[in-house]
Amino acid sequence: MASTPLYEPAGTNPIRRNQRKYTVRRWSVRHARLLEWFYTVFADLLLELHPLWNLIGYSRVEGTVVVLERAAKGFLFDCQMCGQCVLSSTGMSCPMNCPKLLRNGPCGGVRANGNCEVEKEMPCVWTEAWKGSQQMKGGDKIETVQLPHDQSLRGTSSWLRSTAMRAEERGK
Amino acid sequence: MTDHDSSQPLPPLPGHSSRGRLERILRQGDFAITAELNPPDSADPNKVYEQASVFEGWVDGINATDGSGANCHMSSMAICALLTRTGHAPVMQISCRDHNRIAIQGNVLGAAAMGVNNILCLTGDGVQAGDQPGAKPVFDLDSLSLLATIKQMRDESRFLSGRKITEPPQVFLGAAANPFAPPHDFRAKRLQKKINAGAQFIQTQYCFDIPMLENYMAQVRDLGLDEKCFILVGVGPLASAKSARWIRANVPGIHIPDSVISRLEGADDQKREGRNLCIEIIQQLHEMKGVAGIHVMAYRQEELVSDIVHQSGVLKGRKPWRKEVNPGDYAAAEAMEAILHEVD
Repeated sequence: MASTPLYEPAGTNPIRRNQRKYTVRRWSVRHARLLEWFYTVFADLLLELHPLWNLIGYSRVEGTVVVLERAAKGFLFDCQMCGQCVLSSTGMSCPMNCPKLLRNGPCGGVRANGNCEVEKEMPCVWTEAWKGSQQMKGGDKIETVQLPHDQSLRGTSSWLRSTAMRAEERGK
Repeated sequence: MTDHDSSQPLPPLPGHSSRGRLERILRQGDFAITAELNPPDSADPNKVYEQASVFEGWVDGINATDGSGANCHMSSMAICALLTRTGHAPVMQISCRDHNRIAIQGNVLGAAAMGVNNILCLTGDGVQAGDQPGAKPVFDLDSLSLLATIKQMRDESRFLSGRKITEPPQVFLGAAANPFAPPHDFRAKRLQKKINAGAQFIQTQYCFDIPMLENYMAQVRDLGLDEKCFILVGVGPLASAKSARWIRANVPGIHIPDSVISRLEGADDQKREGRNLCIEIIQQLHEMKGVAGIHVMAYRQEELVSDIVHQSGVLKGRKPWRKEVNPGDYAAAEAMEAILHEVD
């Protein structure tokens, strides 16, 4: 059973696929405080532009924003576009990179060296998240229970969604 | 209790979530014992009853694993449904690896209808660990959102969607914890999160390292978590130094210190030494503040459980449930014997 397979597709080996990515991902966690500050400013900017989004129509800007969001967050966090971003509660380590898609903390299988049980070359997303959250002002948010992820939001813009929600709250 | 039909739920008590024995024992403050049943690779119900019978009179709950280690076996729900027929107190395990939220909520209602009183919410091992690595991992929920989902079903009589449930599932909710895996300073906080999400009892990973557990329990006590849930620490006998090495290298999340392995290696009878070590650990756990009981996982050595529990002395004379022999059975046996004698 443990014999080497005859053919192993290069692009689908999760280890090889991810190896080159960990560098930026880990940089983001090390600079979680900086990114947290940036995110606060950026979110406020998006909120200030709410009248503009409203004028054009949120659904019409969605397509463009999704492309930008995927490129930016994809580069920094290996973002998977779950559509319900929780980076600010997870130490700037994207939980959707966990092979078990855990959004509430590490599983019991984390290796003694802090690497993932499933992908043994990858640092556990949640050991990273814990490190990142320690630097952040709102690091306590890692203790919030995240309710089930709405899978129907996959591929949609988290930025626009949270902007619209904040605008609605502000309007109340 | 003697006139109570054990296949029927116990009368409801205030402050209790379920009508099962395990919750009663824990809330009474008794040192509780649960054990893990080895699920059969068979469609024969008698295999389940045989497996359960070795625990009778020694445990307060029997865990039916749900594809543990991502291997196929009889389902947890079916094993639990069989066990409730005979009056055992099963703990149903739900692993998020194999079911989405629609299947899980349906199974929770079904299990409660079959008389299951205890549910353990797990994320589950990755599919790569088991015999079907080509399977599609589901992971629609994680262990915490699973806890929150069942808690909502029980306490608010609503599905996740908000739709009404006419008779909510009265279950005692459990979760797992691994005090022995990194990030160590996050583990107690994670337990707190699980309690906030709905966990009422905890069954931990195997404990072979008392000082490491003591360190974790100190953090748990500082957060006051031992007052908010019942912690059952996982224990089990190691069969030999070789198998301990194999487990350490191949089973995710199990921490076995070198001192344990060298102690087994130095023993003449390694199996016996593994059993003695297990008994010693149980006795130390019994003295540890905040530990409400033990969860014995003696995979393929289930017949040792009764002896281990007996030798440890932690029951202090308390006798867990066992099937009462029906007085009618004695009469039938005597009548049968009389008939056989007449034939002679």
